[in-house]
Amino acid sequence: MNVNWYLIVSSLVFAIGAAGVLTRRNPLVILLCLELMLNAANIALIAFARMWGNAEGQIFAVIVMVVAACEVCIGLGLVVAIYRRRLPIDVDEIRELHG
Amino acid sequence: MQTSAWLILIFPLAGTLINAFGWRVLPGKACGWIGTAAIGAAFIAAVATFIALQDRAEDQKQVVFVAWDYANTVGVDGKISILIDPLSIFMALVVTGVSTLIHLYAVAYLWKDRGYARFFAYLNYFVFSMLLLVLAANFLLLIIGWAFVGAASYLLISFWYRRTTATTAGIKAFVINVVGDVGLVIGTFFIFRHSHTLDFLGTFDSASRDFAGHQGALTAGLIFLLVGAFAKSAQVPLHTWLPDAMEGPTPVSALIHAATMVTAGVYLIARMHPLFELSPAAETVGAVIGCVTLLIAGTIALAVTDLKRVIAYSTMSQIGYMVMGVSAGAYVAGLFHLMTHAFFKALLFMAAGSVISAMGGEQSMDRMSGFRRAMPFTFVAFIVGGLALAAVPPFSGFFSKDEILTDIGARGGLWWILVVGGYIGAILTAIYTWRMIFRTFWGDPCPEARDLEEGHLYHPEAPFNPSNGEIEDNDVGFPGPEHMIAERSGEMKIAMSVLAVLAIIGGLLQIPFVTDALGHFLDPTFADSNLDLSPSDGLVVVGLILGAGLSLLGIWIAYVVWVKRPGTSTAVRERLHPLYKLFVNKWYFDELINAIVVRPFAWAGRFGQQTFERVVVNGVFVGGTTGIVKAGSAAARALQNGFLRAYAALLVLGLVGVALYFLLQSS
Repeated sequence: MNVNWYLIVSSLVFAIGAAGVLTRRNPLVILLCLELMLNAANIALIAFARMWGNAEGQIFAVIVMVVAACEVCIGLGLVVAIYRRRLPIDVDEIRELHG
Repeated sequence: MQTSAWLILIFPLAGTLINAFGWRVLPGKACGWIGTAAIGAAFIAAVATFIALQDRAEDQKQVVFVAWDYANTVGVDGKISILIDPLSIFMALVVTGVSTLIHLYAVAYLWKDRGYARFFAYLNYFVFSMLLLVLAANFLLLIIGWAFVGAASYLLISFWYRRTTATTAGIKAFVINVVGDVGLVIGTFFIFRHSHTLDFLGTFDSASRDFAGHQGALTAGLIFLLVGAFAKSAQVPLHTWLPDAMEGPTPVSALIHAATMVTAGVYLIARMHPLFELSPAAETVGAVIGCVTLLIAGTIALAVTDLKRVIAYSTMSQIGYMVMGVSAGAYVAGLFHLMTHAFFKALLFMAAGSVISAMGGEQSMDRMSGFRRAMPFTFVAFIVGGLALAAVPPFSGFFSKDEILTDIGARGGLWWILVVGGYIGAILTAIYTWRMIFRTFWGDPCPEARDLEEGHLYHPEAPFNPSNGEIEDNDVGFPGPEHMIAERSGEMKIAMSVLAVLAIIGGLLQIPFVTDALGHFLDPTFADSNLDLSPSDGLVVVGLILGAGLSLLGIWIAYVVWVKRPGTSTAVRERLHPLYKLFVNKWYFDELINAIVVRPFAWAGRFGQQTFERVVVNGVFVGGTTGIVKAGSAAARALQNGFLRAYAALLVLGLVGVALYFLLQSS
């Protein structure tokens, strides 16, 4: 099977995600865009798995989903913590750790 | 004998430690008595060793005791060993004997000083170092003792450590002594290189073989040893520390700067005599420098007015005689003079200390006069010391000084020039000694003397530094509140009486044609000497008559100038103004050393500090390194700007970079 189109979709989604991470300032949207990037990788993995006809890529995709779930967990936790301390919900404003 | 020999060293060390660590609990004068007892015990041990040594056969009188091997590797045989022979035991007896009396004197003299225990700890440490120096059986211990003695001298000169003049003098003495130490060490290297042993007796035994083809190395080594001896014995041009060392307490001047430490150079030359006899050049250098020193110091002593400094210059001059004597081969005569000089010079210093106390610390002779009736005991002691120093028969100095000069005369030839110098020095000695006595004790009593005649000891309203007039207090680091004079304290009287008796009868050991006790005793040490200096009978008689005549002439001149016609000295000073300037400025040696050594070094130091360190070290090395680190960290810090999206952008850029790299690689 030809994986070209899958990969094109995957890279488009990845690029959209990356652009979102770079341009948006709301942490919630950044988290969403991160999910896009991870899922772009998933698309590519599953496409390759289909191409070779074995399950390893599928397993990788599942693991990536687990990682994504964890990451969202922590990310949303941070967002809630920021909200609770009444800090601005804006990643550019939260830069106390600068050198 | 082995036990008693080691005990000579152990007692003073024990005294040092007890006084150094026990001063908090020791009451009253206990520190002083412990110090005195320690040295007294060392004297008894020295006597016991002396007796044991006398029981031995004539050729068995050089014994080495080894405690342990200190370093025995690669051809170096460093041992902790002491050499007991007539010379070392003679030195040990003189050192411990005179030191005991001086300790006794100091028990009273420094009684009111706040640093009493510290003083005795230092003094005992000094005696220990000196004994280590004279008993050492190898170059290693000799160097250690030599350096210890210099350190002890520094500690004692700067004893009143809040006095700027005293600390400066201490530093000066220490630095010049270290120059001597370096000379000694380098000289030892020169000798060790060919002898391959540090042991004295081993070196001497094979000296004529070892140095057969290495005359130059031997002479160079001996000249370096002489540098050490000159620095320690205050010979020209390394003498400038000794007059300044008079800043220390008077017992220190008596002990270190008259009786013992400054004779270390004489001892060194006498100990090294088998080597010196192999190198006539080194012998000549020593003898000539000794002669030059005795003349220069004698002339300066005519002009200075500080009572203790006059005696200090006289010490330099007398040590000039000894150095001249032992360098020229008159070993017994030189050591004989060392002994008698220790007696009468310690006595003179003690008497001078008493006078200075009566003056409330003032040392200038310009302010003293007429102490004759006020201080009869001190006066008599001063007279005895003065007669012995001026070499009037039958006082001890007469026989010893004369023996040096006649022995050198027996060598004949150009050595006669030194003998003539010695006789000129003898008349100078008599003049400056009696100038000192006439100015201090004759004439109308000064206010302080009158006070004393009425029964109370003069004390200045505020204690002051006699060198620069600065006002001081009586706390630790300065002299104590009360001054002690011999008339009022038993310890000082006893010490001075014993020394006075010794100064009178000390000459009996060596009377020409009558006794030769010292020469006979020292014979085993000097048995290997190839020089046979036995002046003819006629020479001895002429020498005795000439010596006595010159002494009396000198005293008469002093009497005429300072007592009979009081204006004469001023008239002479006016007439010979340039000469007077030369003498009173000490032949400009301080200025010379300043110009040749001190100023170039100070300039180099300033260059190093202000130019080299500031520009090269601080600017280039330190500044360069910190500059690089600072710039680098500033760049790294700029990256950590805290913008989350900037980090993400960098990450993406990095990813793109890696991806592009691989893509380009694979195509």
